[in-house]
Amino acid sequence: MTTVAKSTAHSVVEATPRGKAVAGAIVILYAVIAILPLLWIAATAFKSQSDAIAYPPKVIFQPTLEGYVNLFTVRTRQTREFIANLPPATTWYDKLVRNHDMVIAGPSKVVPRFINSLVIGFGSTFLAVLLGTLAAYAFSRFRIPLADDLLFFILSTRMMPPVAVAIPIYLMYRQLNLTDTKIGMILLYTAVNVSLAVWLLKGFIDEIPREYEEAALVDGYTRLQALRKVVLPQAVTGIAATAIFCLIFSWNEYAFAVLLTSGDAQTMPPFIPFIIGEGGQDWPAVAAATTLFVIPIVLFTILLRRHLLRGITFGAVRK
Amino acid sequence: MRTSATGKWSKWAGGALALFAGVALTAVANQPAAAQSKQLTLCWAAWDPANALVELGKDFTKESGIEMKYEFVPWTSYADRFLNELNSHGKLCDLIIGDSQWIGGAAENHWYVKLNDFFAKEHITMDDFVPATVLGYSEWPKNTPNYWALPAMADAVGWTYRKDWFARPEIQAEFKKKYGRDLAPPKTYEELKQIAEFFQGRDIDGKKVYGAYIFTERGSEGITMGVTNVLYNYGFEYDNPKKPYQMQGFVNSANAVKGLEVYKELYKCCTAPGMTNAYMQEGLDAFKSGQVAMQMNWFAFFPGLYKDPNVGGDKIGFFVNPAGPNGHFTQLGGQGISVVATSEHQDDALRYIKWFAQPKVQQKWWEIGGYSALKAVVDAPGFPKSAPFAPQFLESMAIVKDFWAEPSYAQLLLDMQKRVHDYVVADKGTAQQALDLLVKDWTKVFKEQGKEVASQ
Amino acid sequence: MTAIIHPDAGADRIGAQARQAATRRVHGLSDRSIAWLFVAPTIALLLAINIFPLIWMIRLSFTSLNLSMSYLPLRFVGLENYSDILTDDDVWIRLQTTARFVICSVALQVVIGFGLALLINRQFRTHSFWTTIILLPMMLSPAVVGNFWTLLFQPQIGPFNYVIGLFTGIPPSSFSMTGEVALAPWTIVLVDSWMWAPYVMLICLAGLRSIPDYIYEAAEVDRASAWRQFWSITLPMVMPFLMLAVLFRAIENFKMFDMVNLLTSGGPGSTTELVSITLKRAAFEKWRTGYSSALAIILFVTVFGAANIYVKALNRVKQR
Repeated sequence: MTTVAKSTAHSVVEATPRGKAVAGAIVILYAVIAILPLLWIAATAFKSQSDAIAYPPKVIFQPTLEGYVNLFTVRTRQTREFIANLPPATTWYDKLVRNHDMVIAGPSKVVPRFINSLVIGFGSTFLAVLLGTLAAYAFSRFRIPLADDLLFFILSTRMMPPVAVAIPIYLMYRQLNLTDTKIGMILLYTAVNVSLAVWLLKGFIDEIPREYEEAALVDGYTRLQALRKVVLPQAVTGIAATAIFCLIFSWNEYAFAVLLTSGDAQTMPPFIPFIIGEGGQDWPAVAAATTLFVIPIVLFTILLRRHLLRGITFGAVRK
Repeated sequence: MRTSATGKWSKWAGGALALFAGVALTAVANQPAAAQSKQLTLCWAAWDPANALVELGKDFTKESGIEMKYEFVPWTSYADRFLNELNSHGKLCDLIIGDSQWIGGAAENHWYVKLNDFFAKEHITMDDFVPATVLGYSEWPKNTPNYWALPAMADAVGWTYRKDWFARPEIQAEFKKKYGRDLAPPKTYEELKQIAEFFQGRDIDGKKVYGAYIFTERGSEGITMGVTNVLYNYGFEYDNPKKPYQMQGFVNSANAVKGLEVYKELYKCCTAPGMTNAYMQEGLDAFKSGQVAMQMNWFAFFPGLYKDPNVGGDKIGFFVNPAGPNGHFTQLGGQGISVVATSEHQDDALRYIKWFAQPKVQQKWWEIGGYSALKAVVDAPGFPKSAPFAPQFLESMAIVKDFWAEPSYAQLLLDMQKRVHDYVVADKGTAQQALDLLVKDWTKVFKEQGKEVASQ
Repeated sequence: MTAIIHPDAGADRIGAQARQAATRRVHGLSDRSIAWLFVAPTIALLLAINIFPLIWMIRLSFTSLNLSMSYLPLRFVGLENYSDILTDDDVWIRLQTTARFVICSVALQVVIGFGLALLINRQFRTHSFWTTIILLPMMLSPAVVGNFWTLLFQPQIGPFNYVIGLFTGIPPSSFSMTGEVALAPWTIVLVDSWMWAPYVMLICLAGLRSIPDYIYEAAEVDRASAWRQFWSITLPMVMPFLMLAVLFRAIENFKMFDMVNLLTSGGPGSTTELVSITLKRAAFEKWRTGYSSALAIILFVTVFGAANIYVKALNRVKQR
């Protein structure tokens, strides 16, 4: 049952100004401490290799774009004579790399991996929202036998550890030649996302008054036309919010990606922790990749603030 | 109908998402037709020699017109990723430089193409290669002429040390006073421990340094590849030489227990802090940043270390894995190159192997940073002088010993990883208990495979 | 007003409509066929990707299948895998490790999340902005988080130890958060709470905002102290929300794999080896498919059973 949004209640009747100031100070302190690790990573993306692993760790440093350049290129180390014999460096990143006695040998795999994340993310989101909208509409408007059980079954598919689910999926995909394919990953992510989509969308659609559809039906529209003309336009906000939650899951997913992909369909999460340079992990490049990878999510979080609560609780809690 | 700002935003967002999704699905549906030019994908681990191989491969492309693509994976996920690939009959790799221990599984599961006929046709004979490498990288079953790989990268565990620190007169004098002998690269683990203790916590050039760096990595194979170097030399055996798979009393003999304790003592007394999960890369970092006096690592990295601006050249020295009271061995590394059975370009792949096996290519391979296993290269008179670590490499390849190469090797390795790491790093139980439990683990694995395991 | 919505809240209305729908014949497809048409693809997909593999896995769990030795004949071993697992001390230790992780991390998240919610509810200026900042860690990929925290926790080159050293005087290189047996379990709790305390915070905020003013005003009239108000009003009314948050977090943390695997690889030794990591090693490194299928089934039954019991308790709380 839905109710009108009430003005925000307080747990004590209006806190005193001093109470507010103290609360504010503590929260701001926590927020600053919580954000520091992310700031450190963002900063590391602009450090040079030696600055990134300097000890003691450097807070003040000379910023450079090496990390980003290393992220996007594959380089080989050459002797000084070899480099001297090459035609002069034309671009700024060529010059940067030559300064370290290295030569750019080609693009790295980060762009294809990013594209994979986009394709698999958006593909599975589109399918999950499509299927989810239809199923949610049906659950919301029609009496489906065993609806409760079906809904709980849909939810319970998310209780298995991904590694466990991956065991039979791995075997199945092996038979069907779906390992390391984008289609295979899209199908899998769709199946996982559709549970979230159904639960969220059912909540959104439940909130749309049935009177509009009833009126349309009386006017002679078919059920399908009523869905298209009346319900969907009102559900667009909910659909967009659901889509973004599904996207965030597919975007950040690691377990399935690392077990079921290796090259063609590999997404960013299995790729980022294994960006290595000459010695160990190329931390500036890893930090650069992390930063770039996180930016869409940050944007979505801000876009989604209103629906965040509903999304993270499968629609059980709404404002 | 709501037309709030957020509503409009959502409509745009929804439209954009739908558009993206449509593009995405179309992109997936219309995979571009395979490129006309020929190409091969070679899969290996991502490390210095791989970069050298890329350089070398350019010659192949020039000769044959076949383009080489590479899939390099960091060592810590190398086995994971490629065994997964092989198991799932993936088509990513045409050629694979697989780890020496995969040979058993690869042969039994028919992941690799058997190369005997190819070798015969192209007159490539295994006698031309160092015997230890043929046994270790190529043969399955062991000691039978069934070849599944061409030895590509000969490797073993060796040690580097700070020659410049060892050469300082005040350090030499202090060492002589303390231990009554000259400071020199250690020949036994006793000596190594002394040197490590000597350097542990010492102030050199204003920075605190540490004695030694040893492998402690938990996830893939690190700590096992480190501890075996000590275990072998104290008398550890994988099984009874006269009775295969009898492990009781060989894996957990009193000598083996002593060896394991020595590794733990070394870890506790004389290593840098925070090295609880460290393998190849961390060692390179530690040595290059001047943190340690001696570093255990694979010979594969020594060319790069020698060229390092901070610690290379005159500052770096190399020594063979020290001996113990019951033997002098070192852990075998290295890989062979194989053709993947599910590859669709087997003829081209074989062509690559034929090209790679040529003596002149092998010579160049050694020169640019790889480690050739061809006798013609390593037995050449000029070889020991060709690099400062060449003599140690030759000496090491003569004393190598390898881990199990059974098809079930992954289980055996992971069991040993767990037991050793539990004891050495997590302080669980005694060395005797760790090795006893290991015998139990391994017995179970072999029994599941259907092998007879004698207990006494 | 914020509310926890029970799944079949619309059932009454649907029931009434359905009676009408059954008697009404609309142009085009009948409602019944549309309903099935709409639900069928979802159910079909879930059957194919979830149920069918689950059944296959149950069958596998009775075999000795090992993918890396697939040339060996497949043997049916009945309940041997299950008895192996249930009598293996190591598996029980892993379950204990996982349980300890779940309990400690959820407890810490509840304390921090609820505390933050109470403070943010005071509605100081700019609270909206700072709330968004606190939310950011939650939106990252757990794998990427686990990976970059290894850099932050490095004793020599990572800032965490240095900051601790600054405040407490302990030398930074004398301890290792991810490497010491005593510290590692707390490290994973710490990173997990950093990520997910905002989750609990959001839910508690919703709960706090659902409490109507007049209840507090009545308590004020009765001269109840702030502490008393908290105990008899705030806490009971937020309890359903807290329990929901605990349910979701507990399920997620029981399944936890990415973050911990990349942060500690289950080490040192096996002190942070969660049951998902054991499962991954058994299934995809040792390739013991039969054995790991049995383990997966056991895990699923455990989570499903626990969640069921919990949801019943949650429903009882909501009805109070």
